[in-house]
Amino acid sequence: MGPPPLATPASPVAAVRVAEGSLRADLRGVRVVWHRELIRFFRNRLRIVTSLAQPILFLFVLGTGLASAIGRAGGGLDFRTFMFPGILAMTVLFTSIFSAISIVWDREFGFLREMLVAPVHRWSLVVGKCLGGATVATIQGAIMLALGGLVHVPYDPQLMAVLLGEMALTALALTAFGVFVASHLRQVETFQVVMQFFVLPMFFLSGAVFPLHGLPAWLGVLTKVDPLTYAVDPMRHAIFDHVAMAPAIRARLLPGVTWGSWTVPVGVELGLVALAAAVLLAGAIARFSVTE
Amino acid sequence: MAAGGAGPSVVVRQLEKRYGTVAAVRGISLEVAAGETFGLLGPNGAGKTTTIGMLCTLVRPSAGSAEVAGFDVVRQRDQVRRRIGLVFQDPTVDDYLTAAENLRFHAELYGVPAAEVGPRMRQVLELVDLWERRDSVVREFSGGMKRRLEIARGLLHSPRVLFLDEPTVGLDPQTRAHIWAYINELRRREAVTIVMTTHYMDEAEYCHRIGIMDGGSLVVVDTPAALKAAVGADRVELRTADNAQAVRALAERLGIAAVAQEGLVHFQVPGGATFIPRLFAELGVEILSVSVARPSLDDVFMSHTGRTIREAEASAGDRLRAAPMIRAHRR
Repeated sequence: MGPPPLATPASPVAAVRVAEGSLRADLRGVRVVWHRELIRFFRNRLRIVTSLAQPILFLFVLGTGLASAIGRAGGGLDFRTFMFPGILAMTVLFTSIFSAISIVWDREFGFLREMLVAPVHRWSLVVGKCLGGATVATIQGAIMLALGGLVHVPYDPQLMAVLLGEMALTALALTAFGVFVASHLRQVETFQVVMQFFVLPMFFLSGAVFPLHGLPAWLGVLTKVDPLTYAVDPMRHAIFDHVAMAPAIRARLLPGVTWGSWTVPVGVELGLVALAAAVLLAGAIARFSVTE
Repeated sequence: MAAGGAGPSVVVRQLEKRYGTVAAVRGISLEVAAGETFGLLGPNGAGKTTTIGMLCTLVRPSAGSAEVAGFDVVRQRDQVRRRIGLVFQDPTVDDYLTAAENLRFHAELYGVPAAEVGPRMRQVLELVDLWERRDSVVREFSGGMKRRLEIARGLLHSPRVLFLDEPTVGLDPQTRAHIWAYINELRRREAVTIVMTTHYMDEAEYCHRIGIMDGGSLVVVDTPAALKAAVGADRVELRTADNAQAVRALAERLGIAAVAQEGLVHFQVPGGATFIPRLFAELGVEILSVSVARPSLDDVFMSHTGRTIREAEASAGDRLRAAPMIRAHRR
């Protein structure tokens, strides 16, 4: 069978008109990518459950075990209450990084190519991806937050709002970090290896599971270099503000982050996280905007 | 604006792409008319996919220029993108989404007005017989269904030019035939120019014109019929009562060099169909059966490059292994 004669069809179907590019087109791009991320998240229920398994294990198994070992050194404070902000950070950390991995998967399976050839600027794809990953991570964090009552974190509306906001900011920074790393990689396997070098050290050095108080000098320096430290500390401040405890205990468990003799205020810490988010996002956008 | 309706849909001038020292495309030029179906034919590694990549703004040319739907592929990238549809070699639909969600997102990315998305979605899904399956998650689709969905998606925003990069690669013969039935149907219904690549010779016959690529160069461009006519000779196979005698008779009485092989006598002759009556009259050996085959595009490729597609692919494979950059950049 040969091709039909070279002529316009007798009754062509009505062609749709496509709008020319504009900021609105790019914002539509952001929304599409963000929406897709949410659909994928809610359609994969197994992923929701499995990614909560690890923080729950840490909180209730490791946390309960450590609490018994330390005894009542916490002066009446449940050790798991101390750990709780660290566990929230962990949930956000793991979910954000997992979302960022999917950009490498997209590259492997080609959907990224469909997005990269669309008539929108690439920044809108990166921003959509990061917002989507951050939204998903914040939802996961919110589910963990709902368990707070089990470890004596009060369900105070103001506290919940502050923690949600801090988790959202942290999630955005971490997803941007993951996407930035992913933009340099081409294979899923490499990404997982690279992440092992970042994710677990970031978690352990952040003060999630032990107080940043009276540490050996080398460890103290490492904790200050870890960006996640500046996300865990504000969350712990928020929670401790709503839990009754002796001032001496609070000073020992929550010494704050110090640079020399200066204790970094919570506002500055959150500012640093926001700055990191902005810089990493810009870096990821720059990487994706390069045409071969 | 340069994007007139009557001008050629694709204009390529001295287009070139180098990866380091390796030239993937070596300065090709061609024009594709509006409404035409143009096929780039050649072995893997001939530069077809890189050429398509440059035309659809995914790959930046090293030299030369190209206009698609009246816009320059480098300087007016977004205008080009809005006017082209793409069906890639590798699947790019999202497995986790339904067919309808995939299309809806595409419509949004391309800015199809909300009121037009629904009816247009129905048109393109009905065209590829997937309307009934619109709410199924794509993961449940077969390879052929996914390819059909990609074709529907590529058409959703009514592109002026549809690029099909190996639209049937990796599909079984029956599914390939189906895909072609859909492509022929869409050519009847939609005013769209099609630029496709293939390394299946039989598929190239669906095109109005074909460009044969080899080693990054465009060797020849013409209609399938003209290309085959230029090769000239038809292939004739005879079964006779005495093959050895038939070969002698062909040489002595008709001046034709034939060979007897596997119980058949083979030879080539221009205008095979008109030669047959003469053969019966003059051979003098009883003929049991005759078959005449018009030259295929395989023969065309052979006559222009001196080797078969298969041989060309083997050596192109060597070149690619020597230059892994090309593969790495084809994402």
